[in-house]
Amino acid sequence: MKIILCQLFDILIYPGLLFLFAAGLTADWVDRKLYARMQNRQGPRWFQPLADFVKLVSKETITPKAVDSPLFKVLPYIAIAAVASCIMMIPLQNMDALLSFQGDLIVIAYMLTIPTMCLFLIGWYSSSPYAAVGSMRVLTQFFAYEVPLLLALLGPAVIAGSWSVGDIAFYYNAKPVMTAVNIAGLLVALIALQGKLERVPFDIPHAETEIVGGVFTEYSGKLYAFIKLAMSMEMIVVAALFSAVFLGGSLGLSGVLGFLVFIGKLFAIIFISALIRSLMARVRIEQMINFCWRVLTPAAMAQLIISIIVRAVYG
Amino acid sequence: MPKVIVPLGPQHPALKEPGNFTLMLEGEEIVDAALRLGYNHRGIEKAAESRNFIQAMYLIERVCGICSHAHATCYVTNVENICGLELPRRAQAIRVITGELERIHSHLLWLGVAAHEIGFDTLFMYSWRDREYIMDALETLSGNRVHYSINTIGGVRRDIGKEQIEDILKKLDLVESRTNYYIKLATQEPTLHARTMGVGKLPKEEALKRDACGPLLRASGVARDVRKDDPYLLYGELDFKVITSDACDVFGRVYVRVFEILESVKILRQVLNNMPQGPVSVKMPPKVPAGESVTRYEAPRGEDIHYVKTDGGVNPSRVKLRAPTLANFESVAYMLKGDQLADAPLIIAAIDPCFSCTDRMAVVDKLSGQSQIETFKDLRLKSIEHYKRKGIDFSKL
Repeated sequence: MKIILCQLFDILIYPGLLFLFAAGLTADWVDRKLYARMQNRQGPRWFQPLADFVKLVSKETITPKAVDSPLFKVLPYIAIAAVASCIMMIPLQNMDALLSFQGDLIVIAYMLTIPTMCLFLIGWYSSSPYAAVGSMRVLTQFFAYEVPLLLALLGPAVIAGSWSVGDIAFYYNAKPVMTAVNIAGLLVALIALQGKLERVPFDIPHAETEIVGGVFTEYSGKLYAFIKLAMSMEMIVVAALFSAVFLGGSLGLSGVLGFLVFIGKLFAIIFISALIRSLMARVRIEQMINFCWRVLTPAAMAQLIISIIVRAVYG
Repeated sequence: MPKVIVPLGPQHPALKEPGNFTLMLEGEEIVDAALRLGYNHRGIEKAAESRNFIQAMYLIERVCGICSHAHATCYVTNVENICGLELPRRAQAIRVITGELERIHSHLLWLGVAAHEIGFDTLFMYSWRDREYIMDALETLSGNRVHYSINTIGGVRRDIGKEQIEDILKKLDLVESRTNYYIKLATQEPTLHARTMGVGKLPKEEALKRDACGPLLRASGVARDVRKDDPYLLYGELDFKVITSDACDVFGRVYVRVFEILESVKILRQVLNNMPQGPVSVKMPPKVPAGESVTRYEAPRGEDIHYVKTDGGVNPSRVKLRAPTLANFESVAYMLKGDQLADAPLIIAAIDPCFSCTDRMAVVDKLSGQSQIETFKDLRLKSIEHYKRKGIDFSKL
């Protein structure tokens, strides 16, 4: 009985849905506030993302007549489920994740592609020209950033000699100097993250001045609120993953201190993301693909080779 | 690859006013573009005929919210020409000041809009903040931020004081330093380069063939500027350069507009530091004689042409205006073809379109797809029919 209650607590409250919900909205606010301050604007107050969410949920959900697939209504929830499952495998306030096994890094990487696939299908089933163009762009962009992102995540795994996120974080705690080896990999991952979360300069799939809302064009009300929430949650999950894989997780601390360290790293990653977002213009899709294949992927490969050499010499 | 038709407008986030661009796409490439205007037709030319000369001036000013001074000055100059009025030099100077301040604020506004079209919202926020200095300067000068209404037939409505001159000069220093910052930004920011260079090519011959004007034409390497070619007001005595660029693309248009801000600052300094003395207006004759006049004016977006005809009555008998956007519109279809969908909003924005200045009425037959321009005669017949159904007969009028 107690075990079931504990598991329910894990799934529903911490680090499950409720925590992700709160953290996602907070991340959304921090991002918007930082973005606004960098643009010499005031920015929203802390409860604005929550207010937006409540308002959207209470609005009417309109389904276009041409939409004939039940997936249109189900996909936002699939995206949230995939993202929320990932958080179970990432160590947060201490060094151990709830679920830890060899190869969970690969599982997380694959689970994180599900929201992207959902975005593609959302656009595909919306039967609107803007959404169709948007979903084509989602898929094109996906093939560009996913390879360098995965390669960048492999670097630390090679150095630590483990496919488990918890083990990698533990290894970096024991040998903090090794973090420096992976700086280039972290940079590659941070840039690819902009593509994954569809943020400037890679917000091409929903470039509002070109294709209105992109894949979200036909979404409204509750469904739109949940798909937005999935994107905010994905940001938390990816930031948590980076903090564990590249930055040594909670630095061996646990409890409240560990939690603070974790949150600090999370917001540092969000800060960098907001900085990139405010400093650049949106590039075109073919420029994005060229950049990812010509610059990011070779950089990630070079990082991987360096990691292998370092592992062979010092491992 | 199947062809997709993507409608850009009449309601679309990239457009600030209603217009329609139907783009035929092959993948991301635009293979064909059809343009449609007419969503914002307000019949101002006709409305001006039922107002007296002063009222019509305020009406004409409302043709456009950004180049309001350009339209008003153009119209007023026509009326002054017909009356044979000699404008005092101080009034001319104040008109130049308003016109150049307007050019700076229009170009800064355009820079922000263009940045927004390529997702560079930080530049958008920055340039619109700096535009506020100019808006404030215009408010100190005329009392209004948007429709300055500084003109009156025979001069200007308000004189400019010593403190105002100092205030405007101070704001110009700020704007100049900010503009230099934007020039640095435009030459160094790689994503801005990637998005503007080689986009929306308009070669010199095509630009001339399509009667482009203003910054669009100057960015295609043609040094044509009414202020230099056919000087009006004090422009003949002022020292300024006509900025051109041989880039023929959106980057060239950014270049031309940003450097024109600096030229406007130069003009303003010359005028403000040597203000001619004397009255600011002469008396308008009680009766405007019969006659006609055409005036050209270099508005921020290009050459603005007004025609006024009078018959000795209290109202102008015909007012006709050609806004610069109408001249530049033809080039848009050419520039869109062969470019990417992602560039379409930027290419459209690069002519700085102002649809409400431009709109003409056209009737499109949905079945045959043919369109025809309604003439005044057709419209008159239609309105007579309309009122007949209501039981009023206007056909005798």
